[in-house]
Amino acid sequence: MDFRDGAHNLYHIIVAIGYLGLQLLWYFMQIIVSVWYHISIVGNMFESYFISYEVLNKYKSLHIGKLRYLAVVIESEEAHQTSKVIKLLQWLDSVGVKNVCLYDMNGVLKKSKDTIFQIMKNAKSIEEVNEDVTHHAPDHMTLEFVSYVDGKEAVAKAANLIFVENFKRHDIGGELDHQILLESHLNQALQIVGCKGPEPDLLLVYGPVRSHLGFPPWRIRYTEIVHMGSLNFMRYGSLIKAIYNFTKVRHNYGT
Amino acid sequence: MKFSSHTGLSQTLQVSLLNTPMQKSSGGITSHLLGGLCCYLRRCIFSVLSVGPLPNHITFIMDGNRRFAKKRNLGEGDGHKAGFSALLSILRYCYELGIKYVSVYAFSIDNFRRKPKEVQSVMDLMREKIEELLQQESIINEYGIRIHFIGNMQLLTEPVRVAAEKAMRVTANNQERVLLICIAYTSTDEIVHAVQESCKDKWNQIQASKEGKVSNGGSKINGLDLHFRDSCRDNATEACSSLHKGVKDAGEKDALLEQNSEKHSDNYSEGEITSCNGIVEITEERKYKQGETASIKLVDIEKHMYMAVAPDPDILIRTSGEDRLSNFLLWQTSACPLYAPKVLWPEIGLRHLVWVVLNFQRHHFYLEKKKKQF
Repeated sequence: MDFRDGAHNLYHIIVAIGYLGLQLLWYFMQIIVSVWYHISIVGNMFESYFISYEVLNKYKSLHIGKLRYLAVVIESEEAHQTSKVIKLLQWLDSVGVKNVCLYDMNGVLKKSKDTIFQIMKNAKSIEEVNEDVTHHAPDHMTLEFVSYVDGKEAVAKAANLIFVENFKRHDIGGELDHQILLESHLNQALQIVGCKGPEPDLLLVYGPVRSHLGFPPWRIRYTEIVHMGSLNFMRYGSLIKAIYNFTKVRHNYGT
Repeated sequence: MKFSSHTGLSQTLQVSLLNTPMQKSSGGITSHLLGGLCCYLRRCIFSVLSVGPLPNHITFIMDGNRRFAKKRNLGEGDGHKAGFSALLSILRYCYELGIKYVSVYAFSIDNFRRKPKEVQSVMDLMREKIEELLQQESIINEYGIRIHFIGNMQLLTEPVRVAAEKAMRVTANNQERVLLICIAYTSTDEIVHAVQESCKDKWNQIQASKEGKVSNGGSKINGLDLHFRDSCRDNATEACSSLHKGVKDAGEKDALLEQNSEKHSDNYSEGEITSCNGIVEITEERKYKQGETASIKLVDIEKHMYMAVAPDPDILIRTSGEDRLSNFLLWQTSACPLYAPKVLWPEIGLRHLVWVVLNFQRHHFYLEKKKKQF
């Protein structure tokens, strides 16, 4: 009896020690990942300083024409820092990027809209601009403010719109017209519901993780998504590097 | 944990799979032992990883097969064959780690625009590999995997569609793991399909409730109809004038749609239902507008997505370093970290998977917080 109890206890102790050992190994692996990240952050920092001071030649000339529409996704908690957002917009303006879509999940940027337009006197809202933004002459910036409700929920609104349109078309007592819904119909419905902006070519993510955080899904089909780190540590050189890398990308579009 | 001596293939042995069909590892005692050792080490690493939170669903964009073939001077189809064996080993790693759902982007609707000969050879390869997977000793039975084929199956050729449907039928009772193969899939096609299905559903719902009411009391309904028509006629002039005042240039000729674009709400008053031309039938239409019969909600659309059979992915991995999603799972990746290792798909190995899972574990708390906010 004692022997059995003893063996049982010993077994439990061994399992506990084993599990503790596994936990220690796991923390060790996480530390390796963190160390790697910190090294790469320091490396990026030096690289961005070299780019800012024009030491690296290849970043000196950017074919900015390739970037017709830029989207910036900002983590909502960091988006409260309106001064940083404005600084970013001023950098983009100086580089020559005139059409920018600002997204944050909770709509914090939408609330700061007025402040931003007060300071960025050169900028207009996309609602005021009638013609296709990607073709207008670059004398002013066009800003679009988007949040989570303009994504999936807009699709639900568009679906209701399409349903009502079909509802009106059928005869009394007849069957629903089983026409095939095309992408163009949905695009049209989405435009009416208020989603005016085109598909961005490049999406910059300022936040802890590379994720689009609910940006309207049908607009990022072939968008290059680049992680820029936290908005608190944003650097001009990193921005230039991201835009430069975008201009070098070759799209197959599936073929 | 079973120790299976035949399944611990090392990276070197995988190269031989390029030209030979799947077979048990032959060769001397050393390769046998090497395979066993690799398997044991792998299980040790996985037990360490299991200390932290593990993803429930990983998704892969298998990019780089053609580049791999070019790099190694192989024939055109060999890149895809190498890709398939890489897929098998990654599946094994994921399922061993305890990840229940794995999805892969096998063929996009955009890929149909490739040269017809290439499309045909890929289709033939897919059919061949589906048949192979359904063999008795394949990974499917080893892990009890249920297969789903996700996408617009009508775009596939008959033999492939038949093979896919057979695979889904045969594995329908498996419950331990799930493999989702996205074929003839794009996210925009999925969203359009879901919207269409939810419209059809809503229509059937309204028809069903209409029939129910008619069978209860026909004359009463007609009486109601007349009443509403009268009140609608009175309000129609009001509605028309407000319409002209508030209309925006949305490029749509239909007056009702223009109104909808201004309102953005589910509750419509009586007068707004009718068009300026006259009256339309419907007590039911009015009820729909007033929210009594509920309008189409987001959950209705999500219910009809092809990917509704699985939870949203926790990790997305696109090999060969491209930074875009190429119309894959755009709807489902709102809170999903996107990884883009530069390695080509046929060269992907255990170390890439371990690295990605460690990164996921680092950000898991933040991502859970984001998911709750949606």
